[in-house]
Amino acid sequence: MNSEILGVLLMYGMVVALAIPLGRYIGKVFNYESTWLDKLFNPLDQLFFKLSGIDPGKEMTWQQHLTALLTINVVWFILAMLVLTNMSWLPLNPDGNPSMSGDLAFNTAVSFVTNTNLQHYSGETGLSYFGQLILMLWQFISAATGIAICAVVFIAMKERTTATLGNFYSLFVRSSTRILFPLAFVVATLLAFNGTPMTLEGKDTITTLEGQEQQISRGPVAAFVAIKQLGTNGGGFYGPNSANPMENPSYFTNMIETISIMLIPIAMVFAMGFMLRRRKLALTIFAVMTIGFMLLVIPSIYLEMQGNTAISAMGIQQNRGSMEGKEVRFGAAASAYWAINTTATSNGSVNSMHDSMTPLTGMFTMLGMMINSFYGGVGVGFLNFYIFIILAVFISGLMVGRTPEFLGKKIEAKEMKIAMVIALLHPFLILVGTAISSYLYAGNPTEYAGWLANPGNHGFSEMLYEFTSSSANNGSGFEGLGDNTPFWNIACGIVMLFARYLPIIGPVAIAGILAGKKYIPESNGTLKTDTSTFGLMVFAVIAIVAALSFFPALTLGPIAEYFLMLN
Amino acid sequence: MKNNIIPALRLTLVSFAFFCGIYTLAVYGVSRLVPESMSFTKAKQGYYENVGQPFTGDQYFNSRPSAVNYNAAGSGGSNKGPSNPDYLAEVQARIDTFLVHNPDIRKEDIPSDLVTASGSGLDPNISVEGAVVQVKRIAQIRDINVWIFRNILRL
Repeated sequence: MNSEILGVLLMYGMVVALAIPLGRYIGKVFNYESTWLDKLFNPLDQLFFKLSGIDPGKEMTWQQHLTALLTINVVWFILAMLVLTNMSWLPLNPDGNPSMSGDLAFNTAVSFVTNTNLQHYSGETGLSYFGQLILMLWQFISAATGIAICAVVFIAMKERTTATLGNFYSLFVRSSTRILFPLAFVVATLLAFNGTPMTLEGKDTITTLEGQEQQISRGPVAAFVAIKQLGTNGGGFYGPNSANPMENPSYFTNMIETISIMLIPIAMVFAMGFMLRRRKLALTIFAVMTIGFMLLVIPSIYLEMQGNTAISAMGIQQNRGSMEGKEVRFGAAASAYWAINTTATSNGSVNSMHDSMTPLTGMFTMLGMMINSFYGGVGVGFLNFYIFIILAVFISGLMVGRTPEFLGKKIEAKEMKIAMVIALLHPFLILVGTAISSYLYAGNPTEYAGWLANPGNHGFSEMLYEFTSSSANNGSGFEGLGDNTPFWNIACGIVMLFARYLPIIGPVAIAGILAGKKYIPESNGTLKTDTSTFGLMVFAVIAIVAALSFFPALTLGPIAEYFLMLN
Repeated sequence: MKNNIIPALRLTLVSFAFFCGIYTLAVYGVSRLVPESMSFTKAKQGYYENVGQPFTGDQYFNSRPSAVNYNAAGSGGSNKGPSNPDYLAEVQARIDTFLVHNPDIRKEDIPSDLVTASGSGLDPNISVEGAVVQVKRIAQIRDINVWIFRNILRL
């Protein structure tokens, strides 16, 4: 078999093999069972709580959880704004990089606090090392927010009636110190041992063999890259993220970084199974997610390995596939595999340029973000999937004439309304945003000429991709878009805010309300949610609600481009 | 909400100290243990092995086109779409230029990586096919037997 395909199979096999034990560990962390890392982390967590003046034993209702989450996120946003607009005179700025403008700082602060990591700047020139380090803090804590709030939903899904669902701060600290920190340390070490820079020195200047001067940006790259991959944060230390040979020096580091993207999202599904002792439900969810993921990844790899038909027509050899925007050391298959990994989860760092991919691969990357729950972001991916489960329970309940129940709790009108609003929010934000930007562009193409790097349908795809990426809290881009303008900074910032917090509030509210209801033991009349029939039902709901609402927009962008290229 | 602000602030500061301080220093400390051969260091000859350089002269194996001219302080790709007519004209021009410099090579032997820009603009590699099609030109200019090259490339 082709070694490129073999590499992809190896990466997928390894991520699943690692996610199962990690899922068991995460389950233990949130069940407060003892693990072998307790000796180190019990005192550390206590120190965290002591210094913060927090009582980790205080039980919270779902409303109190959300208040705590939103408050700390507001604090983070203000801090991020302050740092980004004052970087130039703050310490650790060896390259003398400037502070950010107000609108760019707004976009960047929102982007990192919401775990999106959309970057309308280039890391080498747009940030000081202090800026990079402070953004790295959000890569930990925004990811931990997602994991912690997902744990709240897990706790609520247990079979009992309760008003309180653990303590948010406690779950948050456990997510960051016991899950993210050890994993990030291991990955950072592996990267540093394989040629990724880890230094606080500024740029180096060398003379190339042909006698030109070449400047080399360095920095604390290994530490930054490890957590941006693991926390489905995305972005990069350098502008082109992990395509840059310092951030990602070899095929081996590429494997480590690719595995890091999906590791925690998959592990969260298994963690749910271990926590609730519902293995079969976890496996059903995992199977649905996997089938969806495969439907995106297989055609993408095939298409990228086939290459660009317009270049084949020029009569050169394209054995290695479409190479524009790709690195030789990764090749077409590993680049396409990464592209779907990073978009199906809400990671968004890239190892090749999505803008230059063949039209339908571009569509599959967008579909990954539009569905946003085929594994999904850390924690929040499961929350998105939870909404689809609720919808599927309700619809199948109606179809067979039974009261819709999920895990022994009755689903009623209020929960359904919340679920519907959340399910429709994502298409609403993406399509309205794209419509407004297209309208502006079409009305005055000369004024907005700087927006689009490519004409025609592909230009439309660039705008559609940017809003999709913002709304999915993804952060990758069709980077040809000239997006560091007040319009894009502010519009994307607003979309990211809504798209982050409402899909957290909704599922937590549903889970919290359900947890307060009376528990009805399973009977013959109960609709089983851990069967393949139900899995199929969830898949159908996702395909109809999520994928089809975007079909018209995709037709105008990548699909039209594909058919035009056939001629 | 009010009761949450102070703990939130303090927790953020503690997290900052731990993740930006201790985590970074721990990784930094470990990175000092990396043997020189495996770490990101400058080779004796004064360049970085991982970071591609522009090679345009006929006496060198030419590197891939770069959207940023191998500027390692501002890396990036072209972000050109696959159907963009200007982009396709550019690729065609690169093919023509290559054929001028390598008149003995048939067009269908040119691999696509030699005429397309990489994602980072710093790609340190070219494909084996990309090296093979340049062997004859370099051998002629440097007056070296083609077979020595073939040996180096292990063909």
